[in-house]
Amino acid sequence: MTDVTLVRETARPAMREPTQWERLRSNRDWLGFWFMVPAMGILTLFLGYPLFLGVWLSFTDTKIGRAGKFIGLENYEWLLDDRIFWLSVTNTLIYTIVASAAKFAIGLYLALLLNKHMPFKAIIRAIVLIPFIVPTVLSAIAFWWIYDSQFSIISWALRKAGWITTNINFLGDPWNARWATIFANVWRGIPFVAITLLAGLQTVSPSLYEAATLDGASGWQRFRYITYPILTPIIAVVMTFSVLFTFTDFQLIWALTRGGPVNATHLMATLSYQRAILGGNMGEGAAIATAMIPFLLFAVLVSWFGLQRRKWQQGVGND
Amino acid sequence: MASVDIKDVRKSYGPVEVLHGVSVPIKNGEFVVLVGPSGCGKSTLLRMIAGLESITGGTVSIGDRVVNNIHPKERDIAMVFQNYALYPHMTVEDNMAFSLKLKGTDKATIKAQVDKAAGILGLGKLLDRYPRQLSGGQRQRVAMGRAIVRDPQVFLFDEPLSNLDAKLRVAMRAEIKELHQRLKTTTIYVTHDQIEAMTMADKIVVMHDGDIEQIGAPLDLYDHPQNQFVAGFIGSPSMNFIPGTLKGGVVETASGAKLPLGKASTAGEGRAVTYGVRPEHFTIADDGVDAEVIVVEPTGSETQLVAKMAGHDIVAIFRERYDFKPGQKVKLKPQADVVHLFDKESGKRI
Repeated sequence: MTDVTLVRETARPAMREPTQWERLRSNRDWLGFWFMVPAMGILTLFLGYPLFLGVWLSFTDTKIGRAGKFIGLENYEWLLDDRIFWLSVTNTLIYTIVASAAKFAIGLYLALLLNKHMPFKAIIRAIVLIPFIVPTVLSAIAFWWIYDSQFSIISWALRKAGWITTNINFLGDPWNARWATIFANVWRGIPFVAITLLAGLQTVSPSLYEAATLDGASGWQRFRYITYPILTPIIAVVMTFSVLFTFTDFQLIWALTRGGPVNATHLMATLSYQRAILGGNMGEGAAIATAMIPFLLFAVLVSWFGLQRRKWQQGVGND
Repeated sequence: MASVDIKDVRKSYGPVEVLHGVSVPIKNGEFVVLVGPSGCGKSTLLRMIAGLESITGGTVSIGDRVVNNIHPKERDIAMVFQNYALYPHMTVEDNMAFSLKLKGTDKATIKAQVDKAAGILGLGKLLDRYPRQLSGGQRQRVAMGRAIVRDPQVFLFDEPLSNLDAKLRVAMRAEIKELHQRLKTTTIYVTHDQIEAMTMADKIVVMHDGDIEQIGAPLDLYDHPQNQFVAGFIGSPSMNFIPGTLKGGVVETASGAKLPLGKASTAGEGRAVTYGVRPEHFTIADDGVDAEVIVVEPTGSETQLVAKMAGHDIVAIFRERYDFKPGQKVKLKPQADVVHLFDKESGKRI
C-alpha cells in the first residue's frame, strides 16, 4: 500500500504550475508568432538583407572590385546636381502615371466587356491574357522590330496606305521613344489589370444590377453607383501593384532603348543599373535605386488608405 | 395600384420551351401567389412581369398598358429578391432612397418617404447601418422598404422568405400580409412553399412544368383540387392516394379493401381511379378499413399516424390523443363526403 501511495505522489507534478516557457509555447496568441517565424526568416534573408545592403551601399563610395568606405550623403548630394538623374525621375513619373492611367482605363473597359455574355467568351479571355504570358524580353524584341527605323511594320503599313512618305523614327526621337515605350508597357500590363478586375466584377451579384435596373438606374448609373463602389477595394490592390511594377520597370526599357536616345527614356531603374553595373559606381547606382523608395512608399501608403476596410465591408455592428 | 393581365405567355430558351402559354388575370389590389415545385417556371414568369426576362410569346399588361417591350424601370413595379439584393456599400437609408435619388426627387421628399417606410417596417433605428450589420429578418424588411418607398403599381416578391429560419418565416409571412392589407398594392408573390401560398394569398396559381394546373382561392384549391397534382401539392401532410376500381358505389383496391364514397361520382362502373383522402379526414371506426400502424408521431396538438392500408403507406392525423403502438391493427374510416376521386390515367378530378 505504501508503495502505491508513493507512486501516486511522484505522479503529482503534472499538477504543478506551468513554467513561463511552457505557457509561451502553448499560448494561442504566441502560436501565431511561432508559425510566422520561418516566413520571417526567409523574408529577412532574401528581402531585408538585399534592401539593407542596397541602402548601405548608397552611403559608400563602393566601386566594382573595390570595397568602399562610408561617405555619408555624398552620393545623394551629387545626384541633386545631376541633370540626368532628374531627367530619369521625370521620365519615371511620366512613364508610371501615363502608363498606369492607360492600363486602368483600358483594363477596366476590357473587364466590363468580358463580363458580358458574348460568343467565344472563353477564347477571347484567353487571348487577352497573351501579352502577360509572353516573356517580357520576347515581347520587347517584337516591339523593337515593330519600332525599327527601317523595317517597322507600322511605318511600312502607313507608307503603303500613302499616309506618310518617310519612316517614323520611333526610337530615335525623344518623345516618340517615350510614347513607344509607354505603349509597349501598357500592352503588356493590360491583361493583369483586366483579368483581376474581371475576377472582381464576377463577385458582384447579378441581382444587384437587376435591383438597380428596377430602381431606374441607366447603364452608366449602374456602373457609377453599383459596380465602381463595390469594385474599389480590388481597384486599389490592382493599381498599387500596377504602379509598383511600372515604376520599377527595367526589362522593357533595357531591351528596347537602353535609356536612349540621349537618356530620353532612362528610368530610375535603368539609370541605376547603368551607373552601378556598367559604370561600376556601385555607391551611386545604389543611391539612385534608394531614391526610388520614397516614391514607392508613397504609392503603397496611398493604397493602404484606399484599401482600409470600409465600414460596409465589416461584419460587426458599429454601435 | 393596377391590375395585371398575363395572356398566353410563353418563354423559350433556344429550342426549350419552359412556359407553355399561361394566362393569369390579376385584379387591382389582389395578392396572388404563384406556387409550384422548383423548375415549374414561376420565377421565370415573375421575372418576365418585372422585365428582367424577355417575353417569347403572349402579352403582359400592367394597368391597361401592354408592357412586353417596355423597359423595367418604366413599368412602375418594385421587386423583392430572394437574396434581398441590398446594395452592400450603402446604408439602409441610402438603399431605400436609391430609386428616388435616381429619379431626382428633392431631398426633403426622399427623407419623408424613407422615414415613412422605415416607420411602417420598424427600421427607424437601423437607417445608418450597412446591410452586413443586419440580421436576415432586418435585411428582408429593408428590401421591402426599398420597394415601399417607390410606391409602385405592383409589388413582386421572388421567394423572399426562403433564406430565413422557420420561426422568422412565420413572423415575416404575417408581416407581409399585414403590409398588403395596409397598402393594398397589387402583389405577385412566388414561392415553392404551399403553406405560404395558403396563408397569404387571395388567389393561388399552382404551376407545374411550365403550365398552370389550377387557379383559385386557397380553400377552394384545398377543397376542390382539379387534378391529382394540385391535390397532392396543396396541404401538409399531403393527400393520401390509393389506386383502385369503381365497383358498386365504392372503390375497391387490388387487395380487396372497400373504400367508401359519399356524393362523389359513381359513374363508370369498373373504371380505374385514384382515391384521394386527406390525412385529417380519417376516423377510427369499427366499420373502417383494416390498417397496420407503422409510426406514431404525437405533436401535442395532434397525433400523426403512418399506417399501411390496402398495401399503401398512408398518413392520418387525429385531434385526439390515441395511444397507438407500432404493429397494432386499427380500423381507419375515410370520411366519405370529403374524399376525392381522380381518373387514374389523366389525373383529372372525377
